[in-house]
Amino acid sequence: MTAITHRYEFVYLFDITNGNPNGDPDAGNLPRLDPETNRGLVTDVCLKRKIRNFVALDKEDAAGYAIYMQEKAVLNNQHLKAYEAVGIEPVDKKLPKEEAKAREITAWMCANFFDVRSFGAVMTTGVNAGQVRGPVQMAFATSIDPVVPLEVSITRMAVTTEKEAEAQSGDNRTMGRKHIIPYGLYRAHGYISARLAERTGFSNEDLELLWRALANMFEHDRSAARGEMAARKLIVFEHESAMGNAPAHVLFDAVKVERAPGADAASPRRYEDYRVRVDTAAVPAGVTVRELM
Amino acid sequence: MGFGVRVKVWGERACFTRPEMKSERVSYDVITPSAARGILEAIHWKPAIRWHIDRIRVLKPIRFESIRRNEVGSKISPANVSRAMKAGSTAGLTNYVDQDRQQRAAMVLRDVAYVIEAHFELTPKAGADDSVGKHLDIFNRRARKGQCFHMPCLGVREFPAAFALIEEGESLPAPHESLLAERDLGWMLHDIDFAQGMAPRFFRARMAQGVIEVPPWRGVESRP
Repeated sequence: MTAITHRYEFVYLFDITNGNPNGDPDAGNLPRLDPETNRGLVTDVCLKRKIRNFVALDKEDAAGYAIYMQEKAVLNNQHLKAYEAVGIEPVDKKLPKEEAKAREITAWMCANFFDVRSFGAVMTTGVNAGQVRGPVQMAFATSIDPVVPLEVSITRMAVTTEKEAEAQSGDNRTMGRKHIIPYGLYRAHGYISARLAERTGFSNEDLELLWRALANMFEHDRSAARGEMAARKLIVFEHESAMGNAPAHVLFDAVKVERAPGADAASPRRYEDYRVRVDTAAVPAGVTVRELM
Repeated sequence: MGFGVRVKVWGERACFTRPEMKSERVSYDVITPSAARGILEAIHWKPAIRWHIDRIRVLKPIRFESIRRNEVGSKISPANVSRAMKAGSTAGLTNYVDQDRQQRAAMVLRDVAYVIEAHFELTPKAGADDSVGKHLDIFNRRARKGQCFHMPCLGVREFPAAFALIEEGESLPAPHESLLAERDLGWMLHDIDFAQGMAPRFFRARMAQGVIEVPPWRGVESRP
């Protein structure tokens, strides 16, 4: 596995129709909102979770593509695997004294786990396998326009307990709530450092897999709460050099998401109400723009 | 200051966690010298040099926002691990992520912009071909072109930092009017002393006209 040799940035657009992309535990699972602008938010960790889930589905148990932070994964067993593989006794909370051994453990983790290789992991949970800073960095996704969450009341034709049934004298119904956003187009930014990739062995194959995960992850994440989510655009900036050829913010500014002419200005409800443009003139030399979606 | 650099950094959000409020993170009001050093090191660093932050200029009003997220919460006791290893079985070492949830709130800064003024010194690790001029040129060239080792961040990696070099002679952006009054920011982390077993060192941060003078590292008192 040779590491990637270019720096990348990417702009990722996805939308939601009649669903909740990312609930806010502080607000009774209402869709996350930026209180200042009323724009919707989706956290970085939410998107990473979906990438991990996609890779786990796509690769099943292929060697080198295990997922460390799994739902139902046993974290410290993963560390033990590392220790067993290189034959070292774990010492409490400290990396093994000899740096070479410590590196061996970290390298083993990187070689076997896709998410450690791409996002990094802090492996100081009792059994210590070191700390890895991954090459892939993602920021919060924000909706292009303010979103308006709706509260939808729903009824269920059943009750959970005998007691409830008695209280309702046989009219077994309960009310529930769902929070949805009628429509929201979200924009996320990501960064991939070639130099950190060297350290974790994040390869071109991994990069392709990451692009595939971004393009397809909502297809495998259907649920009652999510509504219809879809990846709409993935614009990748490839720098010629590992250190990069242009400031990231300049590249991101070149991607403009505007209202399509003639669209309902007050309340966009479809992806067609938006127009995405890449101002190629604003992209400095040495950077290739690729639209993967 | 013949070999100082000035870099403007800005971003949507930032979280410079106070060490006394780590679990439910609460950010300091402004960037710490330690985080500023991390940003410079993300652009250029070699073992031959050590960055020193001289001054931090705060450009935008200080505003907070709260975000709560699901995080993984626990540690498993090493005793259990050794027991399991002796027994040669991983039974009982279960730690499910979805049952190991902690919801943690973070009090983060919104819409920040700073100018970091810094210089570097050569360390004992500097070789014969390491000169101040060389590293200064590398840093300036990279910062000018937006190159970096990895994308610098504002405290935590989910809050990336955009950066731009402020050239020699270029005028500094003015601070927001809400920052003009003198403000005592209290004891703030200066940096971690890695030579002394990761001992944190603090300084009394005072902001006047949006400018925080950072005392030199050697003169900083460390408080246990």
